[in-house]
Amino acid sequence: MASRRVNQDLPVIARFEVRHRNYLAPDGSIARPLPAFTSDAKLLIALYRSMVFVRLFDRKAVALQRTGRLGTYAVSLGQEAVSVGIASAMREEDVLLPSYRDNGALLWRGVKPEEILLFWSGDERGNRFSSGPAHDFPFCVPVGSQAPHAAGVAYALKLRKEPRVAVCLFGDGATSKGDVYEAMNFAGVHKLPAVFIATNNQWAISVPLRLQTACETLAQKAIAAGFAGEQVDGSDVVAMHAATEEAIAAARDGEGPRFIEAVTYRLGDHTTSDDASRYRSVDEVQAHWKEEPIARLRAYLVSRKMWSKADEEQLAAECHERVEQAAERYLATAPRRPETMFDHLYAELPEAYASQRRELAGEHDA
Amino acid sequence: MPEATLVEAINLALGRAMEEDPDVVVLGEDVGINGGVFRVTAGLQKRFGAERVLDTPLAELLISGLCVGMAAQGLKPVGEIQFMGFIYPCLDQLVNHASRLRNRTQGRLTCPMVLRTPHGAGIRAPEHHSESTEAMLAHIPGLRVVIPSSPARAYGLLLAAIRDPDPVVFLEPTRLYRAAKGEVEDNGESMPLDRAFVMRAGRDITLVSWGAMLKETTAAADTLASDGIAAEVIDLATLKPYDESTLLGSIAKTGRCVIVHEAARTSGFGAEIAADIAERSLPSLLAPVTRVTGYDTVIPMARLEQYYMPSVERIATAARKVCQFS
Repeated sequence: MASRRVNQDLPVIARFEVRHRNYLAPDGSIARPLPAFTSDAKLLIALYRSMVFVRLFDRKAVALQRTGRLGTYAVSLGQEAVSVGIASAMREEDVLLPSYRDNGALLWRGVKPEEILLFWSGDERGNRFSSGPAHDFPFCVPVGSQAPHAAGVAYALKLRKEPRVAVCLFGDGATSKGDVYEAMNFAGVHKLPAVFIATNNQWAISVPLRLQTACETLAQKAIAAGFAGEQVDGSDVVAMHAATEEAIAAARDGEGPRFIEAVTYRLGDHTTSDDASRYRSVDEVQAHWKEEPIARLRAYLVSRKMWSKADEEQLAAECHERVEQAAERYLATAPRRPETMFDHLYAELPEAYASQRRELAGEHDA
Repeated sequence: MPEATLVEAINLALGRAMEEDPDVVVLGEDVGINGGVFRVTAGLQKRFGAERVLDTPLAELLISGLCVGMAAQGLKPVGEIQFMGFIYPCLDQLVNHASRLRNRTQGRLTCPMVLRTPHGAGIRAPEHHSESTEAMLAHIPGLRVVIPSSPARAYGLLLAAIRDPDPVVFLEPTRLYRAAKGEVEDNGESMPLDRAFVMRAGRDITLVSWGAMLKETTAAADTLASDGIAAEVIDLATLKPYDESTLLGSIAKTGRCVIVHEAARTSGFGAEIAADIAERSLPSLLAPVTRVTGYDTVIPMARLEQYYMPSVERIATAARKVCQFS
């Protein structure tokens, strides 16, 4: 925002621009010529199936929480295109550093749904990722604190000349933290293979974006770190996939980091412990339901005869089955023995704490 | 054997670690061409290149967070925080991430990093340059906190810290950086972590301390010797986890203990030790356990800092009082 007090006689020494990316309009029509990958019907359908699964998985998780069988859970309702669009553009060897609402990204990368439930039930074993990429980071709860890790990971990848990219996800609130700026600034200095993505869902619990920043976009925050930021329609999975794919390819080719602001909307509460009706109106939420990503992609697929009502019914049944089976496996997981809380504290438990472990195990010191 | 100052010993250990393991990287503010404000990293960038000895932007949180990310990818980062007064932005990373990455992921990701920082007062430095807040760090589960008191132990313990598979905060007694000289063989041999060192054997009283305060504590033991009191002097060296058995073994013999630290008294690490002694060694005790510490005040700036720090006289007086108790 230019101030009227700016002295117009002084020369302009730098100008910056921020671009916005969107392909599918909220009604599923084409807003701008689609990127080449959309000719791959299999990929589009995979994105669709994945988003539908995430939504059903979320719904099941909330049901488990409401019936006392899961702890506090962060739903991603309305943001499915962000997580799925990003993860689908990554290679397995890339490193994901997720925030706590990125269930969709973890699921796409092969983390078992029962492990995600195990984590939200309060069991560290959920972060083992027994079937997902072993180098990915677990959900990060302290907001934005994973951004410096992404810079460290990317530095290690660059030092070893490995063609891999660190992909770091955080929310709009995180962009107010020094962590995020410090990490992006460092990534810029060293042209690191890192992609930072802010899911701008408009709300940091009860605090709206206008109280986080006076900036017109979050994307422009990359400019201060010396690299490009792009604003993307985060409810358009085609745009999210395309933007992430481009950013990752550039980072992999040694062009340095990129920043993406994924503009979307958190249709659900912050977590199952939150009641969003305290701070935002039903009308506001209803208006955003018209933009949500799943109906949008479905409308496009249907319009192209790539998807039918029968496909939809079959998918719903399949997802239901998968989710129910995952929930059963989660509920059947044997509890940890209490003394195992010591078992991964250090590579080898120091003798100083071994007696505490024995005490918890009911063994008595001589 | 060649002589080295504490600064030179740490420099030798860093060079040795980088030589033997290409995964070791050194990062911090001014650690490159400048060789660090205390010259601890002098010459390392020239030897190992700017990719492995990197000058970071001026952002301490970043330094600690980078270490976590690098370590999770298998590097062995050694971060430098220029003074302990600037380590506080790193606490989020140390508490929430470095110390618990292994536990959070049940061993899938680990954090073999070292965060080095100068520790303590006594060099007439500017404000915020004289902190000794080691107890804050020793409270963090999953972390190791190490503080050497001589060039040889700085060399051996830093090598051990770098090779350790878990995060270590390595506190370097600023006052000893150049004042302490001793024989150091650059032979790549580490010293054991989690172990206290008995510096001097004695039967009458146990004096336990760490870091720069070993200097005054040892001098106090000399004074006591001339009074006919044989003090056993213990350098705790690793504060977390500390070597309780060596300390309690000593107290079983002497029955008396004075704990000396430069940090403020309340919730200082001495309180932890005193509590353990009370719980485990009461039958051996001949006198109350006594602490000689910095005062419960903000560490004063240069002009008054000498009055804040435990002196040889304060330590010796406390020890005599303990010995007179019974």
